[in-house]
Amino acid sequence: MLEFVSNNISTINFILINIALGLSIYITLATGLLSLSNAGFMAIGAYTVAIISTQSNIPFIVGLMAAIALGVALALPIGMLVLGLRDIYLAIATLGFGEIVRIIALNGDKVVHLFSQNKELIIFNGAEGITLTYRTPTIMLGLPDTTWPILIYVIVIVYILATLHNSRFGRILASIRQDETAASTLGVNVVHYKLLAFVLGSAIAAGAGALSAPIVRVIDPHNYVFSRGVDILAYAVLGGMTHWVGPILGATVLTSLPEALRFLKDQRDIVNGLIIMLSIIYLPAGLADPRIWGLFKRLVSFPKRERVS
Amino acid sequence: MIPEQPKPLLEIRNVARVFGGLKALENVSFNVPRGAICGLIGPNGAGKTTLINMVSGLGPLSEGAILLDGQLISGLAPHKIAERGVGRTFQNIRLFGDLSVLENVILGHHLRQRGTLIETLLRLPRSRSGERDSRTAALKLLAILGMEHLANVQARALSYGDQRRVEIARALALGPSLLLLDEPAAGMNSTETDGLCEFLLSLRESSLTILIIEHDMDMIMRMSDLVVVLNFGLKIAEGPPDFVRNEPHVIEAYLGSEQ
Repeated sequence: MLEFVSNNISTINFILINIALGLSIYITLATGLLSLSNAGFMAIGAYTVAIISTQSNIPFIVGLMAAIALGVALALPIGMLVLGLRDIYLAIATLGFGEIVRIIALNGDKVVHLFSQNKELIIFNGAEGITLTYRTPTIMLGLPDTTWPILIYVIVIVYILATLHNSRFGRILASIRQDETAASTLGVNVVHYKLLAFVLGSAIAAGAGALSAPIVRVIDPHNYVFSRGVDILAYAVLGGMTHWVGPILGATVLTSLPEALRFLKDQRDIVNGLIIMLSIIYLPAGLADPRIWGLFKRLVSFPKRERVS
Repeated sequence: MIPEQPKPLLEIRNVARVFGGLKALENVSFNVPRGAICGLIGPNGAGKTTLINMVSGLGPLSEGAILLDGQLISGLAPHKIAERGVGRTFQNIRLFGDLSVLENVILGHHLRQRGTLIETLLRLPRSRSGERDSRTAALKLLAILGMEHLANVQARALSYGDQRRVEIARALALGPSLLLLDEPAAGMNSTETDGLCEFLLSLRESSLTILIIEHDMDMIMRMSDLVVVLNFGLKIAEGPPDFVRNEPHVIEAYLGSEQ
C-alpha cells in the first residue's frame, strides 16, 4: 500500500487537486449555474502563491490564505456582474473572465513596468511563467509534506459541502437549480444564494490552484487555458452534479485514466470530450447516479437472495 | 352611522398589465377582507393568473398598486413579498422534483429557520435545533394533509393530486397571511376535491386569507365568501357567490349572449 502510494504520489496529488477543482464547479452546477471561471480562479491561486514565494519568504500557508482571500475578493464583484446572466450567456461571460486572467498573467509585467521605476522587475514572467525552486519533500506519516495540505484541503471541502448538502443552504441551492421562480416565491433571495455558490466555488478553485503550485512547480499561463476549464467541467459531468460524491468519482476516474492508458496521452482531450458526450447521453446523472448504486447493490446482494430461496 | 370597515388584507387598486399591445388586465380593483376566501373566476385568458403573478411579484404592473395589510407590495421582489407573508401555488405544479416531499415542505419553512452559514458549517446547536424545528413543522403539515407516509418519496414520483397538496403544504410552511392558489383542484378527482375544500375551509378558521383561482364552479360557490369575475382583463362582477351566479354579465361571459 505504502509502496503503491509513493510510486504514484504525483498521480495521487493531481487526483486530489482535481477533486478540489471538480468540487469547485460542482457547487455552482448544483445551483444551476454553468460557470466556467474555475480555471481562471485556479490561475489566480497558483500565481498568488508563486509570486509570494518568489518575491518574499512568507510561508506557504499564508500564501494559500492570501490566494483564497483574493479569490473571494474577485469573485464577489464578478459574481454581481455576471450572475444576472443565464445558461450559455453565463458560461461565455465566465469563460471571458478566465481568458482575462490568462492574458494578465501573460502580459502583466508590461503593465507592472508602466508603473514601476524598475524596468528589470519580473513578476509574471510572461509565457515562460514562474518556476518554483525544487525542494525535496519530507515524508511525514507515509505521505510527502506537499501532499498533506492537499489531502486536508480536500477533506475540509468535502466536510463543508456535505454539511451544506444536508442543511437549509444545500436545499436552497438545489431549489434554485430546479426552479428559481418557485424558490423566489418561498422567500429565497435567489441572487444572494447564487452569489454565495459562485464565491464559494471560486474560493475553492483559488485554493486548489494555490495548492497545485508546489506540485506543478512551473506556473505558466498555458496551464490555465480553455481546455483546463473543460477538464474541470468533465469531472463534475462524468461524476454527477446532484451529489458531492459525483465530482470526486469523476476527477478520480478522469485523472487516473490517462495514467492507466498512457498510450492515449496525446489524445486525452479527445477521450475527455468523448466521455463527456457519452456520459451526457447515457448517464445524465453521472457516475453518482442513485440508480447505478441501486443496481450495484442489487448485483452484490444477488447471491444472498438465492441462498434464501 | 356607517360602522368603520376593518382594513382589508389585500387591496388591488386600478391594476393594469399590458403585454406589447395586448391589455391583459385593465383597471382592475377589488379588496379581499382579512380571513376571507375570495374566488377569482373567469374564462380562459381573462387575466386571472396574470393578476396572481403580480400579487406575488412575478410580473410587473403596468399601472396601479397592490397593497398587503395597508402596505405597498407591488414593485417588490418576489422573495420580499414572500417574506411579508404571501404564499402561493402554481397552475402548472412547480415542486422541486429531485427533492423529497419533506424537503420541499421544509424549504417553505426556511425563512423561519435560524442558523447562519457559519453556524451551519460548525454544526452549532442553533442551526441543528432550527433544522429539527423545520422538520417537525413540515411533518406536522404533511400529517394534517394526511401525507406523512409520503414524506421521503421524491416529489416527482407523486400522483398529480398529491403533488398539488404538497405544493399547498410547501406554501403553508411559509406561514403566510395570504395564500394564493392557482387552480388547486385541477387534475383532482371529486373525492380529492372534497377533501381539499374541507381543508381550505379549515384554514379559514385559523384566520388565513385565501385568493383562489378555480374552474370548478361548484367548489368556488361552496367555499368563497366573495367572488371576483374577470373577462378579457376587465372585472365584470364582484360579490357574494349567490349574487355573482345570477349576474347577467357573468352568465354571458361563460355561456355567450343569447343573440
